[in-house]
Amino acid sequence: MSNDHGHHHKQSFISKYVFSMDHKMISKQFLITGIVMGVIGVAMSILFRLQLAWPDTSFPILNWLFGDKWAPDGRLDSGFYMGLVTIHGTIMVFYVLTAGLSGTFSNLLIPLQVGARDMASPFMNMLSYWFFFLSSVVLMSSMFVETGPASGGWTVYPPLSALAKAMPGSGTGMTLWLIAIILFIVSALLGGINYIATVLNMRTKGMSMNRLPLTIWAFLLTAILGLLSFPVLLGGGLLLMFDRLAGTSFYLSDIYLSGIGALEQSGGSPILYQHLFWFLGHPEVYIIIMPALGITSEVIAVNSRKPIFGYTAMIISLIGISVLSFLVWGHHMFITGMSPLLGTLFLIMTLIIAVPSAVKTFNYLATLWRGSIRFTNGMMFAIGLVSLFITGGLTGIFLGNAALDISLHDTYFVVAHFHLVMGSSAIFGMMAGIYHWYPRMFGRMMNKTLGYVHFWLTFLAAYMVFFPMHFQGLAGVPRRYYTFDILPEFAPWLDVNVFITLAAILGGIAQLVFLYNFFSSIFFGEKSVQNPWGANTLEWTAPVEHIHGNWPGEIPTVYRWPYDYSRPDSDSDFIPQNVPDEGAVEEVHYAPQTPSAPEHEDVPERVMFLGLLKNWFGFKNA
Amino acid sequence: MSSNAVNTLPTWAGGRSPFRVSYGKFMMWIFLLSDAFTFSSLLVGYGAVRFSFPEPVLEEISFGTNLHEKYHDGFVEMLQAKGVFSESHWPSPDLVFNHFPFLHGLHLPLLFVSLMTFILIFSSVTMVLAVEAGQRMQQKKVALYMFYTILGGLAFLGCQAWEWTQFITEGATLNSNPWGPVPFAALFFIVTGFHGFHVFSGVVLNAVIFTNVLKGTYEKRGHYEMVEKTGLYWHFVDLVWVFVFTFFYLI
Repeated sequence: MSNDHGHHHKQSFISKYVFSMDHKMISKQFLITGIVMGVIGVAMSILFRLQLAWPDTSFPILNWLFGDKWAPDGRLDSGFYMGLVTIHGTIMVFYVLTAGLSGTFSNLLIPLQVGARDMASPFMNMLSYWFFFLSSVVLMSSMFVETGPASGGWTVYPPLSALAKAMPGSGTGMTLWLIAIILFIVSALLGGINYIATVLNMRTKGMSMNRLPLTIWAFLLTAILGLLSFPVLLGGGLLLMFDRLAGTSFYLSDIYLSGIGALEQSGGSPILYQHLFWFLGHPEVYIIIMPALGITSEVIAVNSRKPIFGYTAMIISLIGISVLSFLVWGHHMFITGMSPLLGTLFLIMTLIIAVPSAVKTFNYLATLWRGSIRFTNGMMFAIGLVSLFITGGLTGIFLGNAALDISLHDTYFVVAHFHLVMGSSAIFGMMAGIYHWYPRMFGRMMNKTLGYVHFWLTFLAAYMVFFPMHFQGLAGVPRRYYTFDILPEFAPWLDVNVFITLAAILGGIAQLVFLYNFFSSIFFGEKSVQNPWGANTLEWTAPVEHIHGNWPGEIPTVYRWPYDYSRPDSDSDFIPQNVPDEGAVEEVHYAPQTPSAPEHEDVPERVMFLGLLKNWFGFKNA
Repeated sequence: MSSNAVNTLPTWAGGRSPFRVSYGKFMMWIFLLSDAFTFSSLLVGYGAVRFSFPEPVLEEISFGTNLHEKYHDGFVEMLQAKGVFSESHWPSPDLVFNHFPFLHGLHLPLLFVSLMTFILIFSSVTMVLAVEAGQRMQQKKVALYMFYTILGGLAFLGCQAWEWTQFITEGATLNSNPWGPVPFAALFFIVTGFHGFHVFSGVVLNAVIFTNVLKGTYEKRGHYEMVEKTGLYWHFVDLVWVFVFTFFYLI
């Protein structure tokens, strides 16, 4: 087992920094790659926002960046505009907020917070990162092919994605997009299998499921969601690949395209793709937001110096969100001609998700209530998440309504909704995590003043960018349009677009502050003490140096839950999980000795399987 | 720490595996769960396309009829002319999967695929025997049963190759289908192909484990857990075939 890390190897540069199998290094690799992809994604959004705000103005920078083909005279080509929108969405959803967020913090925190020497399989963990890296490279290379990147929107609906000749962006760029996503899915599965196995199988002594920090619960459920939903996109993507490359027609019905004539391919259904896509796509938004919510739970509890309010309710609501997230994908497809009965079912399920989400936000607020709040940078971002999550969540109730969605579908209202509820708030969760665990990663503190500047600029920019979009959407302004010249009804919104673009540029500048702070603090930041925030969880008991196996001696044993803050019976305002609980009644029940024993699998299958069932249903000793 | 002590810890309290399995075997279970979803997505896709077509038109032909003599190899054309095979109807599997090697021209619906299914299920049985022998640490028996399992897997792949060849010579490709709607053939090739790829991977895995068994790797290690892990995978591939068989050949 990977527990046996008795001896130290002298590591070469390659095995320490490149093909590292150490979860702490892999988490940094995910983070840095995520940040690089994030910079690209945000920059793209600013570039295409220039077009929306000043459609007739020439920007030499665009010409300089994209050349005469994609930005003749400094104006974005309309096809390339769609490409930028598509790749922006893909990068932010998958590469930054799935791999960058989950990959970073699951890798860093799971072994450290559950008390394991490393991930269950460090080798698969390394593969997971390198598949992700390869996938990023393939995706970015699609920007450089002759026909441009995929440009059918990040959901790549057929027929634009299935017919290579439908438009320039449906060509090689689209094929590369699919290859990138398939590599990404492999990475996500390798990672997810590891996270689940580590959390369930490798907790240290005393770390029962009801002593797990909420971060770990969130990462566990996120991994389960990914494990069950990504394969469906894999199947869907496989069929799409055949439609593109081998002339099948799974997603193509009898259609005519101008200039191409009647298709030879027919007999399939584009709606089938949408079902397969959104069966991943909806859980995917929870894959994005749940780690952020877990991080927020931890950061808010630590910095309020109070136990998290409703620990069990938090877990149950996470489980509720996870289960419901598989039953609501149809709310992305209300306008596909879905039967009203089915639409109503999806509607009801969607609105029920508001309940666990509300439980979580109220619990955050109740944790803050009368706490001794310390406004650290991480805490600011965590509170920012709560704010954005509420604002964005409320419009989810509008959009979940089938009747309202018919008029709001594909307008800026939708853009506003998901950018607030899962885009910005997940970014805020990620930032909270970075500021909070930075000392754990690098042994140094980030500059607090710059952190405040970063927070306030980002927070204001997020609202200034996305809040006006609600009104645009309600007025019917459609998303993904290159220009509104031919639609005079939308002319009044041009001024608003200028405002939004200026705010987006402000938000982009704010991220430069963060980048400077992040990278300079690695080398010049103030040295951190072992446990700078006075937190209870196990990661603060391990040395910051990258030692193989996390703890030099024995792994600490856990005696209490992670939220013993400000206990009236204690002098210290926090009691780490590894401090023995002298007052508590030892509630460990030792199971009676069963005849089967060794840990290795010489137990017959039959005994194992039945034993498992008996354990689960409580008949162990019957 | 001694493993005896570990297993007396409370199930979920940490410090031990709550399922009393090693992380490697647990990961195999989790992987199989996610792989089940991949197959589900393909089968759901199949269902969606399949049931957007009307039910097949049936044609009673008694088992064992010599189609070669009766129709002079014009069987498919005859059914096309009769409207049994048409673009608008999903074909009846009985009329498509009716060949058997060396019995050219006889109408033997589903006989060959039944043989394939039998081979695969039998190879699962030998896999169980290998796992069982592994628990008893009987190296020679493990090797023997692993060998049978590999043989079964190869036989299945061979059958699949023959069936595909038969299909292709009759004119089925990813975008043409003599028996009716094009997606029928495309889905057949992709789903059985994806399954066949899994069988192939399984055979490769089994072969690796088999050589390790021969080398005595697991004898030295003191347990045959690797055999159990590939065994889990092999049974899963078998189970998936049962679904593929049901959806493509029986319904």
